Amino acid sequence: MVIIQQIIFLAILGIVGWLIFKRASLIRNTILLGRDEDRTDQPAMRFATMLRVAFGQKKMFDRPLIGVMHFVVYAGFLLINIEVLEIVLDGILGKHRLFAPFLGSFYTFLISFFEFLAIGVLVTCLIFLIRRTILKVERFQSSRHREMNGWPQLDGKIILIFEIVLMVAILTMNAADTVLQEMGSQHYIRTGDFAFSQFLKPLFASWNETSLMIYERFAWWFHILGIFTFAVYVTYSKHLHIALAFPNTYFARLIPKGEMKNMPDITKEVKIMLGLTDATTAGTGDENVIPERFGAKDVPDLSWKNLMDAYSCTECGRCTAACPANITGKKLSPRKIMMDTRDRLEDIGRNMQVNNGKFVDDGKSLMGDYISNEEILACTTCNACVQECPILINPLDIILQLRRYKIMDEAQAPAAWNAMFQNLDTNQAPWKFSPGDRFNWAEKLRNEV
Amino acid sequence: MNEITYKVPTMAEMAANNEMPEVLFWVGCAGSFDDRYKKVTIAFVKILNKAGVKFAVLGTEESCTGDPARRAGNEFTFQMLAMSNIQVLDMYGVKKIVTACPHCFNTLKNEYPELGGNYEVIHHSEYLQQLINEGRVRIEGGETFKGRKITFHDSCYLGRANGIYEAPRHVLEALDADLVEMKRCKTKGLCCGAGGGQMFKEPETGKKDINIERVEEAIETGATTIAVACPFCMVMMTDGVKNKEKEDSVKVFDLAELVAQAEGL
Repeated sequence: MVIIQQIIFLAILGIVGWLIFKRASLIRNTILLGRDEDRTDQPAMRFATMLRVAFGQKKMFDRPLIGVMHFVVYAGFLLINIEVLEIVLDGILGKHRLFAPFLGSFYTFLISFFEFLAIGVLVTCLIFLIRRTILKVERFQSSRHREMNGWPQLDGKIILIFEIVLMVAILTMNAADTVLQEMGSQHYIRTGDFAFSQFLKPLFASWNETSLMIYERFAWWFHILGIFTFAVYVTYSKHLHIALAFPNTYFARLIPKGEMKNMPDITKEVKIMLGLTDATTAGTGDENVIPERFGAKDVPDLSWKNLMDAYSCTECGRCTAACPANITGKKLSPRKIMMDTRDRLEDIGRNMQVNNGKFVDDGKSLMGDYISNEEILACTTCNACVQECPILINPLDIILQLRRYKIMDEAQAPAAWNAMFQNLDTNQAPWKFSPGDRFNWAEKLRNEV
Repeated sequence: MNEITYKVPTMAEMAANNEMPEVLFWVGCAGSFDDRYKKVTIAFVKILNKAGVKFAVLGTEESCTGDPARRAGNEFTFQMLAMSNIQVLDMYGVKKIVTACPHCFNTLKNEYPELGGNYEVIHHSEYLQQLINEGRVRIEGGETFKGRKITFHDSCYLGRANGIYEAPRHVLEALDADLVEMKRCKTKGLCCGAGGGQMFKEPETGKKDINIERVEEAIETGATTIAVACPFCMVMMTDGVKNKEKEDSVKVFDLAELVAQAEGL
């Protein structure tokens, strides 16, 4: 009997591992569709940022109460993994509470501590669910934010319900286990009562040994299969941030938020035009090849970091709640920019899967089919979205690259901007003033005593 | 009373006399052409004169830094402007630049180096704070700000873009004013709505203009003065106050104007 359970367990473990590996490879491959960008400088600084922002969750504590609650779920998740390790080893080796004999009374303390975390996770997830469904926190509502319609709404709730159910399973399993221990049931090693599940014991008080064993086994399998399912589910969900928050903060940009990336192709061109470089000598080899495209039209034009940002996004909407354009009712939503980028990546990923790993043009692009010009134009580049993101995602970087494409490649600027560009080109000022009048302001002062 | 003769030397004049200024004052397009912001330029020049700072301006040799072009997606126009500015700055051997415009500040400081222009760039809020700390600017001889409620509107390109939140507040504190904060301030400060090229076009369709949202918040503080440190914010906040028909009770001033007022300049 035990051997069959072991075989089934190993088979499931193998399948889950294979599924996660497949998904991770696909995600990796679609991220690598992006342009090269070096983000390996200053490793010590990067590591410190990751420790502070991802591991220490510094930015979550901008809102202290939410920060603490999120930390409870995060710490619970992280530490309960130690218990999951025992469960997985039990499953493989056909044992029960493998660590208990080695740890003695410390084991009881440890499991009690995990139960404490489990209660924390359970209560917090309940509060989070209430915030989403009853208190209707504005940034989660699809009535106000169209990008939250359908799946994203459901995704958020599924994750919370998942976690609540898993915690209930583990707590009732422990309760049934300790009742069995007290009965002196053969396979159940004596650990004594655990801190929280002891209060659930009355639930099982009238059960006989067989039904208790069936329940205990059911809860055990339910819990571990739930975790396996969750692990696969996460790779399809916004919840992927639990893994990607770490690399995403490590590779975050370290330069001032105000700095826009240079376009070296243009620099070459401008230098030739201004006579700073000789076109004939500069034009040896492939240096002078005009780039295929200015700015970004589709995800491969963005950098790999922009794409990792998209997969890391948890759709919390802090960016959108702080966006001046969104606050005042414009179509732009930085969260939608990230979600659209991810949706485009997922579509490309599916396309690649059915075409032997190669992307076959589907006639669509991020700019136009997912994100509209109206959204891109509404951005004030104020960096509020960048400032808000708890895991250092940069929606502005994507917006500006899409804008460059629209303006430079498609030459589709609003008339007022074209007038501004023309003024800059002819008068070196965004308004229609003569350059010769630039110093007139001082006349009054020079005469003033 | 006031017997200072205000001087506005240009780099060309300085170079002709074989002189080097302590600092170049980058006036910017708004500071040169916009009637409202010209007053800020003049206030700042008066402060520099009074403090005895050896400064110069580029005069007609200055061009737009290119910020609005770059933010609006026109990299070509940006780089053309940037490159010619760098040529001019390097020709004069400029080392240190001060500017009253956060957009010019950000571009000169963060974006010119990659195009070969390396300068020490300071925003006038930081520079004023330095002058006050060094005792070169003394807050005396003019209007008193004691008990006057002032709220400071953070400019995105000063605050979030470059992490400068305290310098402008220190300047206001030096005035002995009663500094009151808006609900959204510092890292959470709400944009005035003009950045990213928005200054030069109509906003997209929405339910409200951003500057109105911001001015409502400023008025809520009960402040009689909204202090700004950016020409675009100046326009947006002034328009917003007018829209709310509060121009009699709420005034919008740049930091330099407030300091000049306090100095009686």
